Amino acid sequence: MLTYTIRRLMTAIPTLIFISLIIFLLLDMAPGDPTAQLPLTIPPEVREQIRQSLGLGEPVHIRYLLWLKQMVWSEPMFYLSQSTGWFDPPEVARLISWQTRAPVMDTIFERLPQTIKVVGLAYIVGVLIALPIGIISAYRQYSVFDQAGTFVSMIGFSIPPFFSGVLMIILFTVMMPNDSFFWFPSIYDTTLVVDSWETFGKQVRQMVLPVMVLALQTTAQISRFMRASMLDNLNQDYVRTARAKGMTESVVVLKHVLRNSMIPVITVIALGIPSIFGGAIITEQIFKVNGIGQFLIVSIQASDVPSVQTLTFIFAVLIVLFNLIADILYGILDPRIRYD
Amino acid sequence: MPDGAQPVLDVRDLKTIFKIRGGEVHAVNNVSFDLKPGELLGVVGESGSGKSVTMMSLLGLLPSPPADVQNGTVTFDGEDLLKVDPETLRTVRGGKIGFVFQDPMTSLNPVYNVGMQIMEPLRKHMGMSKKAATVRAKELLELVGIPDAERRLKDYPHQFSGGMRQRVMIAIALACDPKVLVADEPTTALDVTIQAQILELMKELQERLGMAVIWITHDLGVVAGIADRVLVMYGGQIVEQAPTRSLFKNPQHPYTRALLKTVPRVTGGREDRLAIIEGQPPILGAQPTACPFRDRCDVAFDRCSQENPQRFDVGDGHDAACFFDAMTGAPRNA
Repeated sequence: MLTYTIRRLMTAIPTLIFISLIIFLLLDMAPGDPTAQLPLTIPPEVREQIRQSLGLGEPVHIRYLLWLKQMVWSEPMFYLSQSTGWFDPPEVARLISWQTRAPVMDTIFERLPQTIKVVGLAYIVGVLIALPIGIISAYRQYSVFDQAGTFVSMIGFSIPPFFSGVLMIILFTVMMPNDSFFWFPSIYDTTLVVDSWETFGKQVRQMVLPVMVLALQTTAQISRFMRASMLDNLNQDYVRTARAKGMTESVVVLKHVLRNSMIPVITVIALGIPSIFGGAIITEQIFKVNGIGQFLIVSIQASDVPSVQTLTFIFAVLIVLFNLIADILYGILDPRIRYD
Repeated sequence: MPDGAQPVLDVRDLKTIFKIRGGEVHAVNNVSFDLKPGELLGVVGESGSGKSVTMMSLLGLLPSPPADVQNGTVTFDGEDLLKVDPETLRTVRGGKIGFVFQDPMTSLNPVYNVGMQIMEPLRKHMGMSKKAATVRAKELLELVGIPDAERRLKDYPHQFSGGMRQRVMIAIALACDPKVLVADEPTTALDVTIQAQILELMKELQERLGMAVIWITHDLGVVAGIADRVLVMYGGQIVEQAPTRSLFKNPQHPYTRALLKTVPRVTGGREDRLAIIEGQPPILGAQPTACPFRDRCDVAFDRCSQENPQRFDVGDGHDAACFFDAMTGAPRNA
């Protein structure tokens, strides 16, 4: 398993370099001008000088290699030096956002907590709701519970968050009386500092709506997978063997069937985790959560190439990483799969 | 087999149907039989004759719905297994009645090692500690002839061959010293040399441990080799019941005779074609009111399509459900 993991990590390096090159070239070919959002009064020569100062005068391969060096060498060295203090930070410029003039990575680390809190919590909540629903739906196939579960997951699948989000705002913010327990804020306040039970309650309340919207989607997807996978396994011969051994139904279902059913589902769950860090672009916009997704949108609109490039590259790293994690989990759950 | 001994298992008027879209399938129709201690009872019949469904009904192992055990009594240890509460039934399953299934490739859970799968019933029914169960599991693997038992306990099913997996299944079924072992075509999925090994093993274990065995098969050769008594099933009914010797020497039911004819002979001249029984076994949509075999029978007469024959005793513990008396070559008067 260890050699397999190391081998996979090694092969991930050329993959990621190739992905970053593709992203870089795509962004380079895309129309857009980083000075487009600057005031119209700026004369063209000055604009050209701004472009030159951003490094746009260099040929594309030089710009790519410089970005790569900053991304995989300068930035990690900077953070290593910051966190350990073993050596001075490298004497090179940080990767700067064209739009905010702040280091891109700093902005990402500022945005990440909000995203992880909201999107990550929604994912956990969604999975935790989905697994029991899937198990019970399959075990009691065609029961009222199953029909209801299938209906809800169909709704979760087919209603996009920009609709369910707005619907939630109308129901729980606009129509709900202000003093009701079920009134929830529609705007996520990032500046809220949690230092007491009261502010903690506030924090929880402002997370409710976005988490609900996102969890509905996750629940819909995972519960369907879980149900299908359980159904596949419930009719297997080994289930009959377990019953013939006198095992109780809970042992039969939660021990024998569940572990087999989790094999494909765990892959789906692991592969979904990178999308947490990708943020929920639309949901973050709706509820004004200034997380990663919102940062990406704003950067794209401003043709802020370094930010977009860095964010996309981080997503690529996470996707490759969680693919590997999914494969390793697969090997742990299923003894038939051995990587060495 | 001591005659007149109290049977360990007594099944009366068992009736199982499957509710399917657009109707019912009557898979087991008023089946009655008993099983004496230490006896090896063979159950033969072609696919779909209700052999497996009968045995699964005894322990409630059929998925319900669609299956529905509608009628009958299954007396075991002084209790009716069809009426006891689920917890009692679970102590019987695996504890007092062991099951070996047809396909060893799929009957073991692929994600748990065989040691855990053997120890499960030991810990549940006999309340063994993990340590004691490990020791017993090792003994069981040795009992069923798996070499290097201690190390093999940690292996997963996919690391065993088909025959070895069936040995593991037998070890699981024998784990708690059951009084009855139900073997549902345990050798069908195995190749012939392994079949012979498993047969020998089962016969030897049965004699050593003194349990009663119900052996479901569609191989008459297997039955001739190991069974003390045979039930022949057709259309969800028992059509003939006899001690093995008597059945092969003196088959009473036309279906049994036809089955025996289909077994190719090794000696003698080579026949052009293998003998077959023309037609298909019936799929019964309702309780049969006529003999289910009449369409394929060579001695059927008008009474056969009016009444379903009960089992007529022909002496020496031999009975057959046929209006035609094979001894006299004429219809029965009864």
